[in-house]
Amino acid sequence: MTSADFQTLLPEIVLAGYAMAALMAGVYTTKDKLAPTLVWATSGLLVALALYIGLGGGGERVVFNGLFVDDPFARFAKVTILLSAAAVLTMSQDYMARRDLLRFEYPILIALAVVGMMVMVSAADLMTLYMGLELQSLSLYVIASLRRDSARSSEAGLKYFVLGALSSGLLLYGASLTYGYAGTTQFAGILTTVQDGVPLGLLFGLVFMLAGLAFKVSAAPFHMWTPDVYEGSPTPVTAFFATAPKVAAMALIARLVHDAFGGVPDQWGQVLAGLAVASMALGAVAAIGQKDIKRLMAYSSIAHMGYALIGVAVGTAFGIQATLIYMVIYVTMNIGTFAFILSLERNGRPVSDIASLHQFAKVEPLKALAMLVLLFSLAGVPPMLGFFGKFYVLKAAVDAGMVWLAVVGAVASVIGAFYYLRLVYFMYFGADQEPAESRMAPVQWVMLMAVAAIMVVGVINLFGIEPAAAIAAEALVR
Amino acid sequence: MENQLLSIITFLPLVAAIILALFMRGDDAAARQGAKWLALFTTSATFVISLFILLRFDPSNTGFQFVEDRTWIMGLSYKMGVDGISILFVMLTTFLMPITIYSCWGVETRVKEYMIAFLVLETLMLGVFCALDLVLFYIFFEAGLIPMFLIIGIWGGKERIYAAFKFFLYTFLGSVLMLVAMIAMYFDAGTTDIVDLLVHDFGSEAFSLLGFQVVGGLQTMLFLAFFASFAVKMPMWPVHTWLPDAHVQAPTAGSVVLAAILLKMGGYGFLRFSLPMFPVGSDVMAPLVLWMSAIAIVYTSLVALAQTDMKKLIAYSSVAHMGFVTMGIFAANQQGVDGAIFQMISHGFISGALFLCVGVIYDRMHTREIDAYGGLVNRMPAYALVFMFFTMANVGLPGTSGFVGEFLTLVGIFQVNTWVAAVATTGVILSAAYALWLYRRVVFGDLIKEALKSVTDMDRREKLIFAPLIAMTLILGVYPSLVTDIIGPSVTALVSEYNAALPVDGAALAVN
Repeated sequence: MTSADFQTLLPEIVLAGYAMAALMAGVYTTKDKLAPTLVWATSGLLVALALYIGLGGGGERVVFNGLFVDDPFARFAKVTILLSAAAVLTMSQDYMARRDLLRFEYPILIALAVVGMMVMVSAADLMTLYMGLELQSLSLYVIASLRRDSARSSEAGLKYFVLGALSSGLLLYGASLTYGYAGTTQFAGILTTVQDGVPLGLLFGLVFMLAGLAFKVSAAPFHMWTPDVYEGSPTPVTAFFATAPKVAAMALIARLVHDAFGGVPDQWGQVLAGLAVASMALGAVAAIGQKDIKRLMAYSSIAHMGYALIGVAVGTAFGIQATLIYMVIYVTMNIGTFAFILSLERNGRPVSDIASLHQFAKVEPLKALAMLVLLFSLAGVPPMLGFFGKFYVLKAAVDAGMVWLAVVGAVASVIGAFYYLRLVYFMYFGADQEPAESRMAPVQWVMLMAVAAIMVVGVINLFGIEPAAAIAAEALVR
Repeated sequence: MENQLLSIITFLPLVAAIILALFMRGDDAAARQGAKWLALFTTSATFVISLFILLRFDPSNTGFQFVEDRTWIMGLSYKMGVDGISILFVMLTTFLMPITIYSCWGVETRVKEYMIAFLVLETLMLGVFCALDLVLFYIFFEAGLIPMFLIIGIWGGKERIYAAFKFFLYTFLGSVLMLVAMIAMYFDAGTTDIVDLLVHDFGSEAFSLLGFQVVGGLQTMLFLAFFASFAVKMPMWPVHTWLPDAHVQAPTAGSVVLAAILLKMGGYGFLRFSLPMFPVGSDVMAPLVLWMSAIAIVYTSLVALAQTDMKKLIAYSSVAHMGFVTMGIFAANQQGVDGAIFQMISHGFISGALFLCVGVIYDRMHTREIDAYGGLVNRMPAYALVFMFFTMANVGLPGTSGFVGEFLTLVGIFQVNTWVAAVATTGVILSAAYALWLYRRVVFGDLIKEALKSVTDMDRREKLIFAPLIAMTLILGVYPSLVTDIIGPSVTALVSEYNAALPVDGAALAVN
């Protein structure tokens, strides 16, 4: 362990150290008074780290004897995770404060979860993978039940915990099988082992690990927890669940299949394609009957994960690039959408049933317009950015000769368009009744408008993320 | 500067829409009037600039003109340009938009948003006809659904929700299949540039798929995917069912744009993509398309006879007239294709005017039921005259533009398939039946309905709206070379390249 090793790990160390210090400060001062300051300090630190990582040097370093890797792929994912976490954190402050939920643990737990995600995307070893995943998951379990006096929030936390523990078990079992047959936990070692044929046991291990990870990205058929947890958790927490952890888990899947099983794409390509098809279909169909916006967003995220998985399933560098771009667009759209959902309330209480949107456009034309843009973007209708995300992954599928996957994706997107349109229908042509109020803190307003503008203006050049994603994908797929 | 003219006319309405959205505040009468005037001024300016483009356009050059080419993301390019086939659709759009805007002077609910929707729609429609990049085309093509969805959904009639959803999802499904085909074309040809794709040779080797032998191979598959989109848009029988619903529920101006311009995107798509890019696929599928067209003409004409709602009747008549267009296109000879384009342009004026005619009496009586009218000629002589003129044009009376289009397509199809021509010709008779019967029931007879006794004739604004449409219908009717001179050379090139691309026995097959 040299100083170069620690140098590489600096962002994670700084963030973890900060979380500890903040915890101390929170405990020793009068409890929750510090919370607003901590929210802003944490967001500031997350953005600073994103800048440090994003603008820092290039190259690829494997440190701690092959446990931890820092390459363009990890950096791309980390910047996305850090920025989206910061965005969700800042826009949730007002909501949490007014609902008396703003405890000082909240920003600290988010910071710790982010440390876990950063470790996940940089994992070069099954042990690092598991460590990062559990750090992230344990923090998320606690955040889900943040509203201690609410039965639904506690239920969400417990449900998430039980099913999450099950998936961790699956993952660990798969990892142990993999270790047993490959004789090493390092990705590089596994890669050399599978080069001359995959033993059946190793294949079992791979499938179990993918099942465990599919749970984390909420890909069907491992999606069961998503709607309940999304609905039960406080809305800012739901917003967080829908963004950063999804990027981390998706990046981890890409990392695992390419770094450890890169030589045998035909072994996992079918599994991932199956997950993608199931997620797209289920997400599209099951969302139709939903009456709660948060549940609807849960199914929407399941469907979106299906599309993102297409890029990984095709097993090409372009596929990874497509997935990365898809995830960035997805996360941006969700931040805007949740900024809107956060603001919905009636008589000071948060509401999230779809019927509260009736004729919303008459009361708040500008917000409704921004939301309209976001919904069409989520549905993948051009010229919004969401279309380009879908276009990338469908192109990746066709390029890799999996036309059927592209056709399924295309058809699912039509079915999915229905429920996004349904929200538009409520906002613009719904029945005449009193819509919910929309009380927005300035931060939320800025987020919603900025994201809506990004969805339209991004058409010009995608804000230049394309080359960055290409470099990241090249680093992963060799 | 000249190379950016197309971008200027395309995005000028969008700029006006943004100005309206951001800087026009308030909802008082002055603000509404301001929004209408700004929209009218912008669409008129667009028309003037497009006239300038038409004057500078060189019909003898069969390539693309006014081409603007910039690199964009993902190896795509922002490429715009027009040739003899697309220029007239651009003109049709820019010509009709000021009329459409002027026709909705009476709208008083959410006026600002209404104008924004139409301005954005104009940008997207012009983009469709100018785009020379596959994905750019797709973006404009699809994005047009959004404003139309809102126009039907917000300003439409009682069943507007159902109609809006049906419209959106029907067309969206057709289009995403096209998107997959486009990606496959990108993969096959390595470019999305339409100019390059036009000369690219897509594989036509037969292969077997799920046990079926696919004659024409890749080209047939691509053709079918594009067909799914354009046939819905056109719309062709049997996927036309969204159109009557959308038309009946849409506000008058929405119906005008839908019938006059949006439907033409399907025909334009066939001419731009299907015929020149997949000649073998087109040739394989042509008999099916021709028979579908013939069935459409006869079947929807019969359905039109049974309608009790004026708008629905005209909507079915649109489907029948679009049948002549697909028939002409897939006859794939000079007269057929010339006639198809002519028919589309002429139908743009005539169907637009017919929907405006319905709008005039709907504004007064708030019903579209045919039974609610009768004897209008006694109270509304000017209206009776205008309605008579467009009814005759719709029937295809010689001297109006409707005749030229139908005649040319029938001449074209007669050389290819006499039976289809014979069946389609009966449609001409049927169209006279339903159109004249409609006219008799609405305009003639005794004025016995109490509500109609105080109805007033058209005012100056309404007469002003119809004047340019009557002029164009007459001019094109007596002097069709105005159109055929512009499209002629491009169509000749299209047809000769199409025939050259066919295998020798295939070509013989098409002529039997």
